[in-house]
Amino acid sequence: MDLYIPIIVLGVLAFGFAGFSVVMGALSGPKRWNKAKLEAYECGIEPTPQPVGGGRFPVKYYLTAMLFIVFDIEIIFLYPWAVAFNRFAGWFGLIEMVLFIATVLVAYAYIWRRGGLEWD
Amino acid sequence: MTGSAVLNTVAIGDIQAPHLEYGQLGPMLLVFGVAVLGVLVEALVGRGWRQFIQVPLTFAGLAGAFVWILVLGVKDKPLHVAAEGAVGVDAPTLFLQGTILVLALVSLLLIADRQNGAFTPQASALPGSDAEREGIASGTVQSELYPLMLFAVGGMMLFTAANDLLTMFVALEVMSLPLYIMCGLARRRRLLSQEAAVKYFLLGAFSSAFFLYGTALLYGYAGSVRLSDIATATGNNAGSEPLLLAGIALLSVGLLFKLGAVPFQAWKPDVYQGAPTPVTALMASCTLVAAVGATLRVFYVALENMSWDWRPMMWGVAILTMLVGAIIAITQTDLKRMLAYSSIAHAGFLLTGVIATSQAGLSGTLFYLAAYGFTTIGAFAVITMVRDAGGEAGHLSRWAGLGKRSPVVAGVFAFFLLAFAGIPLTSGFTGKFAVFKAAIDGGATPLVVVGVISSAIAAFFYLRVIVVMFFSEPAADGPAVVTTIPTAAAVALGATVTVVLGVLPQPMLDVAGQAASHLFVR
Repeated sequence: MDLYIPIIVLGVLAFGFAGFSVVMGALSGPKRWNKAKLEAYECGIEPTPQPVGGGRFPVKYYLTAMLFIVFDIEIIFLYPWAVAFNRFAGWFGLIEMVLFIATVLVAYAYIWRRGGLEWD
Repeated sequence: MTGSAVLNTVAIGDIQAPHLEYGQLGPMLLVFGVAVLGVLVEALVGRGWRQFIQVPLTFAGLAGAFVWILVLGVKDKPLHVAAEGAVGVDAPTLFLQGTILVLALVSLLLIADRQNGAFTPQASALPGSDAEREGIASGTVQSELYPLMLFAVGGMMLFTAANDLLTMFVALEVMSLPLYIMCGLARRRRLLSQEAAVKYFLLGAFSSAFFLYGTALLYGYAGSVRLSDIATATGNNAGSEPLLLAGIALLSVGLLFKLGAVPFQAWKPDVYQGAPTPVTALMASCTLVAAVGATLRVFYVALENMSWDWRPMMWGVAILTMLVGAIIAITQTDLKRMLAYSSIAHAGFLLTGVIATSQAGLSGTLFYLAAYGFTTIGAFAVITMVRDAGGEAGHLSRWAGLGKRSPVVAGVFAFFLLAFAGIPLTSGFTGKFAVFKAAIDGGATPLVVVGVISSAIAAFFYLRVIVVMFFSEPAADGPAVVTTIPTAAAVALGATVTVVLGVLPQPMLDVAGQAASHLFVR
């Protein structure tokens, strides 16, 4: 049973934080309704009315999401690597991770130079 | 046991560096490295210079990798398992990788041909919109094509070399994702091109899921994703049969989809027709080589002991593929679509070599792939040359009387079609002969009978095109033949190899035979 206590504590904390945030937001936040607030999604592309032929729509959000995935994947690799860093024998671990980060940086440089980071 | 004790038991032992044979992985690393370099060029070099840097860079990367493969093949008997068992570098793999690289170099001639104008300057622009006209007027090009092509080619090389199913899956994705994008970049008939890209992406993602599910089931059966371990497990007859059979079936679906075998061929006509013709040439040659290479390795190594179980299924698929491809091609009026169905029929012929599971079957298939790849690229290159006001004149009726107006181009195209049909003195005959002979020796005579019947059906529609070109009157507003040096070079290369492998096939047959002499490494 001892084994499960940390998980239970973490679960209680997570549920508590979620409940606290929702309740506090509802109690303390200002309520100024407008048209945008009644949309299904408060941000992004307006789903209706559709322009003729589908039209052009901004891909800013899409770019941001793609960029997020690039760094998200990087973190997924970096985190366990950092935790186990002292267990790598020799330089191999460091060199491989530098190579990996350099490759991700190439993608980042491409996005940056091609204006993927500019909002307007 | 307390929680801290559990944590302590995990954190022992150093992580040893895996042993990587950089020399043997070199060709693939080179192609991927140049692809990353290409992305940097896209990022840092001014717009006007990109094309002029990318084309030589891509050419150098592919040619360098090919030379490296030649050195690896000549230097010693290549029978290595590299990268801790993830990659097999053996003679058939080197042959396939070399074929992919040479075919990619020829495709590069078509892709880099700027006068060809096959690619849209702005992929995001809607067909017929102001933005698209603006892009065309500004004369920009999407030079991202070259890194994308290199990533795809690197993925194909890894796909043929992958020695475990997970590496194979990663390679499958690396090879497919750039191709999905490249399909949607046609400058003319934008809607058709975008439709092709979406269809290819959705169906490809679906088939990847099948492949992965099959991998999971085979892992559940054998306890390993390595092809040789799966072979050992099937030999011991351990574990549960349904798991194994379901795994084989799902894995086969994923592989046969990439091959375009019936009943998984639905994407091929749409994608081949919609994609820019240079990309179609790349897909019809290099992707087919990669897909057949991986299929060969899976069926020759991992599923060797199960041949009594998968053979009936593969017989059915091969017969259907040969017949459906040849019969439906008869009704096609678009040349690219017709060649797509012809490619389906050829995938069926190649499958007879896979089914043979012998050294002769392997060497025959290797030879067939090299011969067919060159003929295909040549044929698609000719299609890019015949143009009218709306771009390529893809409809068969537009080609009427071409033989009277440009006898050389029509003659070369007729020659390619005869090679597809398998007429003697072309490489198509030698390839078919090698594969069919191996199949007969392997006891698959009925399959060969179906193959010959299907060849006869196919000859009908190849000859029909020749009749339309040479024996009908040219229309007054018929298409013009636009000859540019890179495209002409691709056509000349394709025609030369088709002749040489038809008239003097022995040296190439010897190379393929030597490559197949030790089968695949385990």
